[in-house]
Amino acid sequence: MKYPGAMLSEIWRHLIKKPATVLYPLERPQIPENFRGKIEYYDDKCIRCGLCARDCPSGACTMKKFEEDKKPRPVFDLGMCLFCGQCAEVCPKDAISLTKKFEFSTFDKSSLIVE
Amino acid sequence: MAEITIPIGPQHPALKEPINITLKVEGEVIVEPILRIGYNHRGIEKAMEARSYIQNIYLAERVCGICSHVHSSTLVQGAEELLELEIPRRGLYIRTIFLELERIHSHLLWLGVAAHEVGFDTLFMYTWRDREIVMDLLELISGNRVNYAMNTVGGTRRDINDEQKKKLLKGMDALEERTKYYVKIATTEPTFLKRVEGVGILKKEVAKKLCAVGPTARGSGLRMDIRKDDPYAAYDEIPFEAITSDLCDVMGRTVVRVKELLEAYKIIKYAVNNLPAGEIRKKARRKIPENEILSYTEAPRGELLYYIKSNGTEKPERVKIRTPTLANIPSTIEMLKGGYIADIPIVFAAMDPCIACMDRVILVDKKNNERSMNWEALRRYGIKWYEVKR
Repeated sequence: MKYPGAMLSEIWRHLIKKPATVLYPLERPQIPENFRGKIEYYDDKCIRCGLCARDCPSGACTMKKFEEDKKPRPVFDLGMCLFCGQCAEVCPKDAISLTKKFEFSTFDKSSLIVE
Repeated sequence: MAEITIPIGPQHPALKEPINITLKVEGEVIVEPILRIGYNHRGIEKAMEARSYIQNIYLAERVCGICSHVHSSTLVQGAEELLELEIPRRGLYIRTIFLELERIHSHLLWLGVAAHEVGFDTLFMYTWRDREIVMDLLELISGNRVNYAMNTVGGTRRDINDEQKKKLLKGMDALEERTKYYVKIATTEPTFLKRVEGVGILKKEVAKKLCAVGPTARGSGLRMDIRKDDPYAAYDEIPFEAITSDLCDVMGRTVVRVKELLEAYKIIKYAVNNLPAGEIRKKARRKIPENEILSYTEAPRGELLYYIKSNGTEKPERVKIRTPTLANIPSTIEMLKGGYIADIPIVFAAMDPCIACMDRVILVDKKNNERSMNWEALRRYGIKWYEVKR
């Protein structure tokens, strides 16, 4: 039968349901296991092969030469990062991992550099 | 009655993305709609030539925000075909599960947008709330709500474990129940029916002539679905039906999309229950031999084409992308003819437009020989352009 207000019963039912949203800063959202967040780099594992910089689609990962090092090592700019996780996947020594951290908004760009 | 021209867009409150529709109207009836596209050219094809295939997967995902997995699947499928690589069945099944999950979230989003365009915001809110179920499932497996980064040349990047399988099946059951309710709403609620029945008519012959694709074509009774016509991924092993409707109006397109949702749940349940054991990916060479290929898939909006020309290096020589929205533009012009001005939003929304994915080319007018314009010149140009059209 065609009558207006076919959704009314649904609407009444929702008056007594709890809200679908989360009060974000007070309640924490559940982060899934495979979440791709802030990059972490372990210098002791790195063999300076440069595969991460070669495969990075956005140019967030670059090889930088430091004074104390013989070979250049990767530096990550999270301001440019897409969080695809290709660098962590291609790394032969698991020197890069993506953590569950996702809150890194800042006024200071240098705090987004991971090295 | 004097003919009046109404310009809508590229910036207009009714439009979500930049496109220009110039309407010649007689009273409230549209006589001639003119669509002007090309306001959102991003140069993705050129950018692809400068990147390796691995990097291009993530770039292809960003062609469209809604159907990101299908873009990367099409690119990866082409590259795998060029390498003559046989992909493990489990990898293909996981890819198929993601393609269908993406179709579900895209169609639920469309149902909400369509309901919003006809002023039925209650349905809009509820479909979008239920869409969160599928978004959470996508996040659970891939780690992201959009741009899942699941594909790689040679298979998929992440596996599905038993706990995730259980959650997938549970989510599909919940969604199926909700979708059946929406079928009831969409076919009985007069608020919705009055706005979609007999609106935006596209006859079967016209749809065929104008090469309509996807739900737009299937809503006009054309049985064309790449998943059936030339199966890719694991679609050749999974039983499902290609949905068509003979209604030829916006209602027909709604019916096709809502029924496709029910088919998608069936496909996912079958794929999860019959997930083959074994590897999910194969190691692929970085350099792809010189050849060319046309790779196509059925995106939620219709047929998606990728032409890839390789030259034996890590980078493609040419990638051409044709998104389904572009193929549906001629049909939309036909649908708008003879309709009312008030029906433009829903007729336009019925093809599920994605303007930003569509723009592949930008034309530079060399006649005026002006490379750059200041504000005053741009204003003069705008006034002149509309004067000519009038």
